[in-house]
Amino acid sequence: METNTKILACEYQYLESSELGQVLTWLEEYGEKAAVLAGGTDLLVKMKMGNLQPDCVIYIKKIAELDYIKDDADALRIGATTSLATIERNEVVKTYYSALYEAVRSMAAVSIRNMGTIGGNLGNASPAADTAPPLLVYDATLKLVSQQGERLVPLNEFFVGPSQSVLKPNEIIAEIIIPKLGPDSGSSFLKLGRVSADIAKINVAVYMLRSGSKCESCRIAFGSVAPTPIRVPQAEAMLNGKEINEELLGAAAQAGAAEIKPITDNRSTKAYRQKVSKVILQEALQAAWQRAGGAL
Amino acid sequence: MERKWVKIKVNGKERQLYLKPNDLLLNVLRDELGLMGAKYGCGIGECGACTVLVNGRPMLSCLILAVTMDGQEITTVEGLGDYDQLHPLQQSFLDHGAIQCGFCTPGMLVTAKGLLDENPNPSEEEIRDYLRGNLCRCTGYTAIVKAVKEASKAV
Ligand SMILES: Cc1cc2nc3c(=O)[nH]c(=O)nc-3n(C[C@H](O)[C@H](O)[C@H](O)COP(=O)(O)OP(=O)(O)OC[C@H]3O[C@@H](n4cnc5c(N)ncnc54)[C@H](O)[C@@H]3O)c2cc1C
Ligand code: FES
Ligand code: FES
Repeated sequence: METNTKILACEYQYLESSELGQVLTWLEEYGEKAAVLAGGTDLLVKMKMGNLQPDCVIYIKKIAELDYIKDDADALRIGATTSLATIERNEVVKTYYSALYEAVRSMAAVSIRNMGTIGGNLGNASPAADTAPPLLVYDATLKLVSQQGERLVPLNEFFVGPSQSVLKPNEIIAEIIIPKLGPDSGSSFLKLGRVSADIAKINVAVYMLRSGSKCESCRIAFGSVAPTPIRVPQAEAMLNGKEINEELLGAAAQAGAAEIKPITDNRSTKAYRQKVSKVILQEALQAAWQRAGGAL
Repeated sequence: MERKWVKIKVNGKERQLYLKPNDLLLNVLRDELGLMGAKYGCGIGECGACTVLVNGRPMLSCLILAVTMDGQEITTVEGLGDYDQLHPLQQSFLDHGAIQCGFCTPGMLVTAKGLLDENPNPSEEEIRDYLRGNLCRCTGYTAIVKAVKEASKAV
């Protein structure tokens, strides 16, 4: 079919409610035939391109109880329909969750960030989703809800493949739970696109917890280099419990780059991604370490 | 597909519309309400020509189902000023030659309005960053950035 992005050609039933319970009832009923609509910045593009033709579209942005950022004693909790722009403007995120802040800032442009939600970015399950690497290094957990109840899924078990996650057709993401980070910790995010504000060719996030001149714990996650966003455990292991210096960060960056298995696609080649991943990881490690109060 | 009645406030006026679930906000504004300011450029969120303000924030009307706008407030470029009394941003775009073919201008103006409402005194860098999703094939952006900067002094 010839695509015409001026209109939305497909036909479907439209459902909206401000009640979460009502939405879950519909999802139970329509299951795979339904598509959940939040900001629409991924979903409507896919529908216009003819890549998706749901029988029914369920709009969830009217559910006020899914739109919040709560700074609790044990965790930062973000409701799934919170817009990227709201996250960007949040002082706690800006001050303490640098990797998430930098990721959101790097995304698209202001209009897309006003529309797009964090739940949509994860629900879309793109290997390039910019909020995924930061949330992976923060060890975030997702609260998924259905009419049957709720379950908690660690983000590192959520993605299964490109556009695939463990989310069941009757479920939605309700909340993103980010544990409190230690006081001497720092995080960072870097991305390369074809042009600034583009979908990532490659992106990386780092979290480091410092104890004196040693790194007590380090987590590193890449996006756009595998079917899902991934952690690189070998590189992390090289830093855990070690005295940190420039040389060691360089060696860990080398190891991290060797661990990923990028592909060649229309955004970039495999060889380029491999080369550049070392460079951006090294920079991200330095930034995270320095933000954790570490010297280099 | 079942049509649905919705109420949308457009440029300060309450409108009752009987919409199909797949009507896009951009086409409703242009075809039903005759507001030809917002433009169709790409249809997939890449160009910003279709930008309008939803409750004061720039959003892309090519990627919004009009039915989801029930109860919301939309401002298009037609809502900024009128022929006798241009908005300071509009006047400044004219004064600085920030318009050539004019295709991107409505999107640029409403995005710039969103910026000044949020940040009345933006730096050049902040202007460039805020407008980064609005593409212009003609002006090379310099005049646009200058026009927004000057307008911020007048607003
Ligand atoms: C021009 C442009 C530039 C972009 N740039 C970037 C970029 O730089 N980085 C980036 O990461 N992304 C980018 N995107 C993609 C997109 O904007 C983001 O992924 C955004 O966060 C999606 O959120 P949304 O609310 O619009 O999702 P929607 O389109 O509403 O939904 C996306 C998917 O998630 C599902 N979904 C939505 N909410 C939930 C929920 N609560 N529970 C379960 N499933 C849900 C939907 O069913 C759908 O499958 C860009 C898109 C465009 C059009
Ligand atoms: S027409 Fe909407 S962004 Fe290009
Ligand atoms: S003036 Fe022609 S596209 Fe901007």
